[in-house]
Amino acid sequence: MIKTFPKGGVHPPDNKLSCDQKIVRLPVPEQAIVPLSQHIGAPAKAVVKPMDLVKVGDLLAQNNGFISANIHAPVSGKIMKIDDCIDVSGYKNKSIIIKTEGDSFAEGIDISQDLNEEIRLTPQQITERVASSGIVGLGGATFPSHVKLSVPKGKTCDYLIINAVECEPYLTADHRLMLEKGKEILTGIRIILKALDVSSAIIGIENNKKDAITYLETLTKNVPEISVQALKVQYPQGGEKQLIKALLGREVPAPPGLPIDVGCVVFNVGTVFAIYEAVQKNKPLIERVVTVTGKAVKKPSNFLVRIGTSVQQLMQAAQADMDQAGKIISGGPMMGKALNSLDIPVVKGTSGILVLPWEDSKRAEVENCIRCGRCVTVCPLGLEPYLLSKLSQKAFFERAEDEDIINCIECGCCSYTCPSGRPLLDFIRHGKTTVMNMIKQRGKK
Amino acid sequence: MSQKLFHVSLSPHIQTRDSIQRIMLDVIIALLPALAVALYVFGLGALQTILLAVCSAVFFEYILQKFVLRVKPTVSDLSAVVTGLLLAYNLPSNLPWWMVIVGTFVAIGIAKMSFGGIGNNPFNPALVGRVFLLLSFPVAMTTWPKPLVNRTALTDVVTSATPLSVLKEGVNGGQTVSTLSAQLPSFWDLFIGTIGGSLGEVSALALLIGFIYLLWRKVISWHIPAAIIVTITIFTGTLYLLNPAVNAHPVFHLFTGGIMLGAIYMATDMVTSPMTYKGMLIFGVCIGLLTVIIRVFGAYPEGMSFAILMMNAFVPLINKFCKPKRFGEKI
Amino acid sequence: MNNTLLYTIASLSGLGLIAAIILYIIAQKFKVYEDPKIDEVDEVLPGANCGGCGFPGCRNFAEECVKASDLSNLYCPVGGDECMQNVARILGREAVKKIPKVAVVRCNGTYKNCPQTTVYDGAQTCAIASKLYGGPTQCQYGCLGFADCVAACKFDAIYIDQETGLPVVDDDKCTACGACVIACPRHLIELRKKWPKGRKIYVACMNHDKGGSARKACQTACIGCQLCVKECKFDAITVTDFLAYIDPDKCTLCRKCVAVCPTHAIQEINFPPRKQPGKDTKVKTNKQDSQNSQSDNLSAQTHQENMQSKTNNDQGDSTQNPNEAG
Repeated sequence: MIKTFPKGGVHPPDNKLSCDQKIVRLPVPEQAIVPLSQHIGAPAKAVVKPMDLVKVGDLLAQNNGFISANIHAPVSGKIMKIDDCIDVSGYKNKSIIIKTEGDSFAEGIDISQDLNEEIRLTPQQITERVASSGIVGLGGATFPSHVKLSVPKGKTCDYLIINAVECEPYLTADHRLMLEKGKEILTGIRIILKALDVSSAIIGIENNKKDAITYLETLTKNVPEISVQALKVQYPQGGEKQLIKALLGREVPAPPGLPIDVGCVVFNVGTVFAIYEAVQKNKPLIERVVTVTGKAVKKPSNFLVRIGTSVQQLMQAAQADMDQAGKIISGGPMMGKALNSLDIPVVKGTSGILVLPWEDSKRAEVENCIRCGRCVTVCPLGLEPYLLSKLSQKAFFERAEDEDIINCIECGCCSYTCPSGRPLLDFIRHGKTTVMNMIKQRGKK
Repeated sequence: MSQKLFHVSLSPHIQTRDSIQRIMLDVIIALLPALAVALYVFGLGALQTILLAVCSAVFFEYILQKFVLRVKPTVSDLSAVVTGLLLAYNLPSNLPWWMVIVGTFVAIGIAKMSFGGIGNNPFNPALVGRVFLLLSFPVAMTTWPKPLVNRTALTDVVTSATPLSVLKEGVNGGQTVSTLSAQLPSFWDLFIGTIGGSLGEVSALALLIGFIYLLWRKVISWHIPAAIIVTITIFTGTLYLLNPAVNAHPVFHLFTGGIMLGAIYMATDMVTSPMTYKGMLIFGVCIGLLTVIIRVFGAYPEGMSFAILMMNAFVPLINKFCKPKRFGEKI
Repeated sequence: MNNTLLYTIASLSGLGLIAAIILYIIAQKFKVYEDPKIDEVDEVLPGANCGGCGFPGCRNFAEECVKASDLSNLYCPVGGDECMQNVARILGREAVKKIPKVAVVRCNGTYKNCPQTTVYDGAQTCAIASKLYGGPTQCQYGCLGFADCVAACKFDAIYIDQETGLPVVDDDKCTACGACVIACPRHLIELRKKWPKGRKIYVACMNHDKGGSARKACQTACIGCQLCVKECKFDAITVTDFLAYIDPDKCTLCRKCVAVCPTHAIQEINFPPRKQPGKDTKVKTNKQDSQNSQSDNLSAQTHQENMQSKTNNDQGDSTQNPNEAG
């Protein structure tokens, strides 16, 4: 019996078009646009000025508070300006624009590909290194990793969970990373175990990545503290709450409950690899694996790209058919963000660029709700999306709060499954942010 | 503006291929076996009633939406076809043609469109139509053609009573079930449908085939039909064990009248049934109880349509109190 | 037969009587004392329940009026001075007078001025679209055009012009209740002083970007060039973050700023044609404008404005403006 989470979920077609494509390193872009807010929390503070010269890995912006992250130069060259540039949020935000000159790395960064399995740093040093390297959750949530590594007082952690589920259709970045950098990932897991002082780690992988499961199982045969667990394919298994439920049967309490409340810390495999590079190679987070895929792309591929590369360049490299393209999405089709410009740069949280063809990009026509209850059935959080969306549409936010609207993880199962094509999640999201603001206001009073 | 513009929207960016139209089409497909049985048992009269009901339902929906409500007609979603078909299944095949049209007008015009069209009706439209006809024209609605005879005639065929009305009148007249059993068809006839009754409800077998199809297509869940059938079996079984002289065998109850049709196709109507599994079970159990109470203790031989309509009224209440368990909530 | 009828009537009347007595007792027992003045005040209020006064409904406002010791903080924008005078008379207090105001949409990003770059395909409300991204045009401050303001208006005073995609306020119907101001996620709508004949001067732009990028997104964007500030003799115009703002309290409608604005971001509405260049030349330019309108966007805009002001002028002439009379 393969494990999965018990309530709700959907299974959209996998469409993992690029799962057999090796990760290819893309050339360094001519110009890098580095937004100052690439993570959840306060935007970083720029520490460079226009006309400064930087090398790859130099600090560009300092974290601004505990929940914030450093940002490093992804290319070497001259800072052109610090200006408002459109980023993944769809709005213009402060960004540092660097014109590339050569590709020289800052001192102390080991750019060799050799595997280094020996962990020399102490737990304290590991957390500090992760913080200074600006590592954030690369699964898409972009939560600063050093915050997760510092377990708050009074809480204990007994399991480290490695999220290798990649439940979003189309995306294959994590899958390829596991196949090509399996040993590095295992070292990364051991680093995190040491930092957290935890004795067991579980890697959760969905069953549609059989090669990765076999490979990691052979690697972990002699490592008793790390186990690999295959999971039934079911979206949104990659959500922390669903993954913990599927692997351990524990339920993370409703917000503001966190995985640490049930003794778990969850890291994405991509993050684990970044932590390995930061700790063993002293290499800050300046590049990441991005899947460029979709039915309007001629050569679906997995690229290793520098942060700040424009989406346009990625699409060219994957031979996207611009005549066919109708919607460009940063991330997966279920939770990704549609982009409104091709100049938007790759940021730390960009796990994929999905180019949907014109005919698939338009939403279905909205019809009346026929109260079929499918949204209730598929909601993994046990909410009633039809009700929540009606309540926020009619601006009954107090009632929406009573109906636990803030529990919503915005997985999109309800909108996906609605036979009437209703934009349920659009309204729920609107209601959720409004209710969050209401709660914040109350807290202030 | 020659340049093509990209679409932008919030996530999710993919949707299922399922649509209202597809769901309704599945219901129609599931109803086809019963249609075949109706044609076999009642002949051309059944065909006439079905065609009339379906065509007039679609016609009324289109006319009302286009010219009275002035909204975009939603005829293409096939929901009017389903309503017409279900209403026809609930009528005797020899019903005068104008009554059929009055019935569909009530179903579409009053029970559906006056509440705002598909999705907004609190009561099952086909059942409202049927109950309206039953109360307005009780004689015509309870005069059933004899099965398997005169199949080419459209009207004025030899009539017979349904097994349920034979039972009801017999028991009320002081006879016991065992003496009545000679007049009643065998369980096998009940199962395959060579009995008198409304044209779509006679064959339990055909309806069950449709049920399996709907379950396989995941159009409905098993909760409501199972709850209804189990409740009726237990309730009538208890009565049968207590006093077999006046109470019929549970199998007889299950395969007669509109229980199968109601449990599988009418009570599970998405618009008028609860959202959660827990609610569906409560809904089904209550329908089962009410049906048996009306059948055994009430004036009418059949109680399915009344039971479903009564419970339709409770659906908002059930939805309000049967919340799904929230993730992370402690029980 | 007769007996049956009699019994029926008697028993029904008896039931009715008992119910009436019970209802009366309950009504007496649970009676809440209410100041009769509340009803009186409620009577003179417009009864629109729009919330423009800051209270959920007219009844709440009436209660507040009766409770308050003075009316200085209470004002019904819908009823205006006249209504507040009535309220003050009932309560025997002094009412404040306020200048009548009207809602103004500070965006001129028509389809022509501000070309679309993407198609928004989600739930059709401004609130959700603005959460997603900067909008279907390159201007992330401008009107989204999904009519949240129209939905918020209880007086039918605002509608979307299909040709421009922008909301238009009907000055005669607008009561300055402020519902649209709250509804607009871009804060484009402002309540400004109502001048006679529906005349208005305002900066029809909220773009805080630097001049270059603002202009790139929209032809009539304010680029923060400060020319109007220099021209204004009344210190009514200020520029913050590359955006000019005309203070409605200081502005005297002299229209000098309109003439100097290089991007036509400052709008003049319902003014007669300018006299300085001489009437003949004005007519000529008007004609030229209309001829060129199809080819040239800018002149098309001015043409449109002229059309708009003409129609508005007609309206203004036909309906007597109470402010003008007073």
